[in-house]
Amino acid sequence: MAVILLLLAIAAVVYPLYFVLIASISDPNQIYEGNVWFFPQGITFEGYQRIFGDIRIWQGLGNTFLYTIVGTAISVTAILCGAYALSRKDLPGRKFLMLIFIITMFFDGGLITKYLVVRDLGMLNTMWAVVLPGAVGVWNLIIARSFFEQSIPDELREAAQIDGANDFTFFLKMVLPLSKSLIMLMIMIHVVANWNSFFDALIFLNDDSKYPLQLVLRNILIQSDISSTGTTGGDVASYAAAQRIAELTKYAMIVVSSLPLMIALPFMQKHFTKGALIGAVKS
Amino acid sequence: MSQTLKKRRGEQPTQRHIPLSMRFKRVLRAWQLYVLLAPALVYVALFKYWPMYGVQIAFRNYNPIDGFSGSPWVGLDNFVRFINSYQFGQVIGNTLWIAVLGLVIAFPVPIILALVVNQLQSERFKKFTQTVLYSPAFISTVVVVGIMFVLLSPRSGMVNNIIKLTGGEPIFFMGTPEWFRPVYVISDVWQNAGFSMIVYLAALASIDPSLHEAAKVDGASKFQRVRHIDLPGITPVITILFILAIGSLLNVGFEKALLMQTDLNLSASEIIQTYVYHAGLQQAQFSYSAAIGLFNSILNLALLVTFNWIARRTQQASLW
Repeated sequence: MAVILLLLAIAAVVYPLYFVLIASISDPNQIYEGNVWFFPQGITFEGYQRIFGDIRIWQGLGNTFLYTIVGTAISVTAILCGAYALSRKDLPGRKFLMLIFIITMFFDGGLITKYLVVRDLGMLNTMWAVVLPGAVGVWNLIIARSFFEQSIPDELREAAQIDGANDFTFFLKMVLPLSKSLIMLMIMIHVVANWNSFFDALIFLNDDSKYPLQLVLRNILIQSDISSTGTTGGDVASYAAAQRIAELTKYAMIVVSSLPLMIALPFMQKHFTKGALIGAVKS
Repeated sequence: MSQTLKKRRGEQPTQRHIPLSMRFKRVLRAWQLYVLLAPALVYVALFKYWPMYGVQIAFRNYNPIDGFSGSPWVGLDNFVRFINSYQFGQVIGNTLWIAVLGLVIAFPVPIILALVVNQLQSERFKKFTQTVLYSPAFISTVVVVGIMFVLLSPRSGMVNNIIKLTGGEPIFFMGTPEWFRPVYVISDVWQNAGFSMIVYLAALASIDPSLHEAAKVDGASKFQRVRHIDLPGITPVITILFILAIGSLLNVGFEKALLMQTDLNLSASEIIQTYVYHAGLQQAQFSYSAAIGLFNSILNLALLVTFNWIARRTQQASLW
């Protein structure tokens, strides 16, 4: 019973993705006629060729790489340092400081004032508007703090202090090397989040050349902006053909944009489950 | 309980009687810790508390020159305008619809999945199932909605090909208001149920196996054991996650709703947050949309407090 139910669930999750994969290399006419079900029909790589010839995709990919690296570095640094300080029971005002962070989980200023603040900071249309406004998630801060509380014993610090280590050196030379799994988890959470985010870019950027991949994808996949296919006017037949190619490009684009994370998933899985558990223990 | 009491008894008197000068010295001695905390504090000050301070524009008529605190005061005008606007009923209705469907349908699915996965004997199959089921959580919202658009396309979509094959008429899913909610909720389950399942699986793993042994000896069936051991065992986790879900009830899924919006399904897909986006950022009615956003936050907070109170009254588990 259980096995059958789960096999059905697995099929429901996998089939749409599998279909997108085979559709991306199938002749679009075969897709239109409903002949593609389990195997690609009339194999073509035109969709992929078009993507790789599309400057917007490359630009978006480049921007995404930049934003992901910078954003992850900022977030992980701020979270690790902050969470360590908050994990120290001898931090004066610890409870109050923690409260400052917790409050933001239950109440926030909303989209409009966030936009106005970013504008007043002069960050509109810059990378900082994409990278900074969501940099420190309180939930991640709490996960990191619990990790430090559980895994860095007070005795270790006291011993290090006797040996003359101050808080900086202790944090850098002892705490961080002991927290590799936490650091991995934090890096992965932020890489995935930065890689997948589009909304901040949508509201804060207005320069096409700064768009991250997800925003480019949104404009092509969802807003059906097919200007790159290069057909202007012409007869109905060529228009229909262009549209079919555009459709094919969409399948290929979905594959190209989600494949990197899907391939990395098995390697990241261990860390993510662990993270979900630290979070669960805390709640 | 007793632990926190003990702690309090131990800590409070000592802390209270420390003279101010010594406390100051203690703060000075910890300066390195404050330096470590500084980036995160600057972050919340700039991107959380400054916007919170700016929320007062909901009661003002904001203009960029006078800023957050200098713009003319208009009281509740913006709220009144929202409540009297013709979108009010529709937008609130749509938001609640999505939220309630999420709780009734999307919330229980991961629990059921976890209970079923927990039945599996083979560890390898268990792990495999877990990985496959939660992989969609790593696909971006943009791509998930992109997949919807191609698979549900009335001309070439796979789903409509199935419908045509069984002799039905193709449906324009993304352009029909009636289909917005089902598509929204089903895709939500498809993408997130597997990931949410992990927490429940962890809770299930911590249930004492001797309970199952004892129940087996007493002749309890598999279903009875799930019903009377597994389910009660994870009820505290369910309660907490339920309260958390309530707490973000009116916020989640805003990006997806925005992406799924087309001119044709607007009557079902315009929710509070997308309305704030349209009125505020696309039409630059800052004060008006800030008021709507604040209305949303307050509603949300009220829901959270209420449900937490109910949970505490019923003696199970609560956030505070």
